[in-house]
Amino acid sequence: MSRPRNYQTQAIVIKQIKIGEFDKLLTLYTAEFGKLKAIAKGACRPRSKLGGNVEPLTYSSMSIARGRNLDIITQGQIIDGFPELKAELWNISCSFYIQELVDLFTMENSANPTLFELLLETLHQLPKATNKETVLRYFELHILNCSGYRPQLQKCVRCTAPLKSTTNFFSPREGGILCPLCAEKEYGAYPISATALKTMRLWETCDCDTARRVKLRPALASELAQILQNYIKYLLQKESKSISWLEELKRSSFDNPPRTH
Amino acid sequence: MSFLIEPVDRLIREFSKLPGIGPKSAQRLTYYLLKEPDEEASALAEAIQNLKKDIRLCSICFNITDRDPCSICQSKERDHSTICVVEKPSDIAPLERTGKYKGLYHVLHGTINPAQGTTTENLKIKELLSRCQNGSVKEVIIATNPNMEGETTSLYLQRILTPLDITITHLARGLPFGSELEYADDMTLNQAIEGRQKFKQ
Ligand SMILES: [Zn+2]
Ligand SMILES: [Zn+2]
Repeated sequence: MSRPRNYQTQAIVIKQIKIGEFDKLLTLYTAEFGKLKAIAKGACRPRSKLGGNVEPLTYSSMSIARGRNLDIITQGQIIDGFPELKAELWNISCSFYIQELVDLFTMENSANPTLFELLLETLHQLPKATNKETVLRYFELHILNCSGYRPQLQKCVRCTAPLKSTTNFFSPREGGILCPLCAEKEYGAYPISATALKTMRLWETCDCDTARRVKLRPALASELAQILQNYIKYLLQKESKSISWLEELKRSSFDNPPRTH
Repeated sequence: MSFLIEPVDRLIREFSKLPGIGPKSAQRLTYYLLKEPDEEASALAEAIQNLKKDIRLCSICFNITDRDPCSICQSKERDHSTICVVEKPSDIAPLERTGKYKGLYHVLHGTINPAQGTTTENLKIKELLSRCQNGSVKEVIIATNPNMEGETTSLYLQRILTPLDITITHLARGLPFGSELEYADDMTLNQAIEGRQKFKQ
């Protein structure tokens, strides 16, 4: 959908770059237009009316004017500032990762309402969850699904044979599961336990609220993290910067460690 | 801009790189200097050159200084048991102008911003930690900016400083002077209500 000269939209700010002394270039994610870039003029001035309304990790209703090069935000009003999310280090850090993935998996001006809903829901679920890693895994699986990279989990991607309840293999290159026979010929596929596969299939069909209530053993949690993150890394051809930060936080949590599982 | 002679064009381009100076202002400044006596232009050039030559970072607080340790860190008048943590050197002047703060500073030189690859490694955080571990520091005031990166940095500092036996505080949040309630965002209003205060008797 193309944008009118002046338009209203409800957007989540997923990224900001400061321009000059007082302006910001924002990356927004909206249901109607997908990813957008827009300038918030004077947003860094102390008395700016935009100020906190256009901070990253804020869901706001915005009035935007189409500019020659870049759109310009003329007004903003917070719908949800996610205060619980911002009050805790582990929560903020997880949301950095979520925002980065949304940015990396999307192109400008291509609407994806499912992804928008997923983003909003994940930001609501994060502070409520005791096992935040599950929320991240659920998000990873679903952003893959709604960006056209849904991993094939039902049958072997190579020979289409139904998968047996045993250790199968995940191939990032093929984008799904290989049966043990086909995996022999595939370089770069790694084992996936029957339980991990079952968990991913469950996550495909249930909502995030249900997913985060299912307790995972630490070994299973880290297996799932590895499978999903290797696949994402393969698709993006790079390591996410925020995931490195999450790792650093986990390592440095000598006092009050984040509950990761 | 090829119709301009090279020295004029060059200075205009240099001026335009400065914050808040557009091409128009850069032109105005350049032509102004052209009209001024030679001494004026030389004085400006010299001031700019000396700015970088004699300036380094204080080895204690990492503020910019022309001598090491800086005058604040050396001062006997100041309270050496209190450290105010700021993001950048230019945050110190406004705090000094208030005349209210008598402690020392610590400049982080940035904020935690994982998406842009700035993490604790790039900031003077280890240095802050070791300053706080020598036993003489009683209070750390975290004065990072009240935005996402500033908050993240503040939360991280709270976490690593908490095990030490020191008081950790942050600057009060709320409505800026001269602003209007009607236009304040919800986050600011929340903080202003939570941080409300009794009138001083
Ligand atoms: Zn097969
Ligand atoms: Zn100093």
